[in-house]
Amino acid sequence: MSRFYSPSAFVFYGLFAFLIVATLIARTLIRRGKVGGDTARNLMDRIWAWWVMIGVLALIFTLGATAITVFFALCSVAALREFATITHTRRADHDALAVAFYVVLPLQYLLVWLHVPIFATLLIPVYCFLLLPVVTVFKGEVKDFLTRVSETQWGLMVCVYCVSHIPAILQLDIPGYRYSAFTLVAWLILVVQASDVLQYVWGKSLGRHLLAPRVSPSKTVEGLLGGMLSASLLGMALAGITPFAWWQAGLVALVVTTFGFLGGLIMSAIKRDRGVKDWGTLVQGHGGILDRLDSLVFSAPVFLHILAWGWL
Amino acid sequence: MTVCGHVKYKVTCEMTATIPVRMARSALVGTARALLSLRAIDLPPPGAHPRIYVANHVSHADFVALWSVLPKPQRLRTRPVAGADYWQASNLKRWIADQVFRAVLIDRDPAKRQTDPVETVANVLRAGEDVIFFPEGTRNLTDAPLLPLKSGIFHLAHAAPMAEIVPAWILNLDRILPKGSILPVPLNCAVRFGAPLRPDKDESRDAFLIRLAEAMLALSDRRI
Repeated sequence: MSRFYSPSAFVFYGLFAFLIVATLIARTLIRRGKVGGDTARNLMDRIWAWWVMIGVLALIFTLGATAITVFFALCSVAALREFATITHTRRADHDALAVAFYVVLPLQYLLVWLHVPIFATLLIPVYCFLLLPVVTVFKGEVKDFLTRVSETQWGLMVCVYCVSHIPAILQLDIPGYRYSAFTLVAWLILVVQASDVLQYVWGKSLGRHLLAPRVSPSKTVEGLLGGMLSASLLGMALAGITPFAWWQAGLVALVVTTFGFLGGLIMSAIKRDRGVKDWGTLVQGHGGILDRLDSLVFSAPVFLHILAWGWL
Repeated sequence: MTVCGHVKYKVTCEMTATIPVRMARSALVGTARALLSLRAIDLPPPGAHPRIYVANHVSHADFVALWSVLPKPQRLRTRPVAGADYWQASNLKRWIADQVFRAVLIDRDPAKRQTDPVETVANVLRAGEDVIFFPEGTRNLTDAPLLPLKSGIFHLAHAAPMAEIVPAWILNLDRILPKGSILPVPLNCAVRFGAPLRPDKDESRDAFLIRLAEAMLALSDRRI
């Protein structure tokens, strides 16, 4: 039963306690009429979605490494589906997309699960980059060729390659670290998602100066700094469950939240260009799965590299 | 068939459907919704009139998508109109058409048919049920978004004047399963609905068909 006493389990206990408090506060605010209408509905939708997301994560963490890998593979399917939906791909790209969904995606997660890091690292950035356009080129459709093959490659990089780095952390063997790598995945998800939520909270309460109005009309300098710094403090406070010293934990948290923020910004620019507000409708109140994963997508590989190559 | 309004019909339908039929329906709707992340955009709330849902037709899965996207009470009284030649080709197809979708099968070949297809569909509407109708008459395998509409929908609207026509556009299904491919690629799919319409009193056939085609094309924005 040690999995119920592991540090990652306590992270979840903390999160559930926090969710109970958040739910109570939100309901009180709504009952007293401080927030109402669409804002209230969106707030409750978001909180409810957090219950579901944290509940599902807690469940798969209890089930083990295989469950986590399968879960993120399914996340990749949903994310790639959202990404491919808004690309310029046409009939001639159908086979390349089918290969991406039915061959590359399962293969990538199989390589992660079997722990063959060299192939897991090279499959998409090198071999898909070289070979997937070959599937398309024989269709003879040259209009927007570069755009279309680039979009497919980008989709695979963002939705499959980067996401697969999250379960890949589970395969790490860190010398001198007393807990299992599950704890590190929990720490990463917690810090990055906390940064997103705190950026939203700080931005809503103190935000004055728009950061990139043409890319994301809601991101403010105050929100960004407040969110990243408070999430880094949270990461630092949890240094005890990481292999890092307190200052290292704070620094790593700052790095992953920075990449998380940049990820959100880049994904926003893609949405803006394609004229959509959200990636999809899978997560009630949050939009699509990519709207929730975008920051993790960009921070997971960096976090893995920091851990794997012992940069600290 | 005696049907007194939609509510009563729903009960009868649920009671009479056998377990394999209900399982097949759930499986189809579940698969369509999971694989396609299917959702309805701007579906008008059900009213007092029977409906003719008219949609673009690009793939074999079109009517499954439109049927699956409807809320269950509406779905159970909505019957796709389909070609008898295709759906009576084998026992399995006949079972799917008759039992699972309760399809209204019409004879597409004017030389051989014994019954008037417009009258067959109009009878369903008169009985208070909704139908799914593809006014292009056939699958659109061209690069044009919509083929010129056939006159069937105009005659149907006059044969069943109480019915309202709800234009719909099935988005992205042409990309999920393009012609000539057998493997669907999962993309987010949606069905966008427009405001119900009817032919005006003195509206000519061509004017109405153009108005309907425009109402359908107005829903075809891929951004969902």
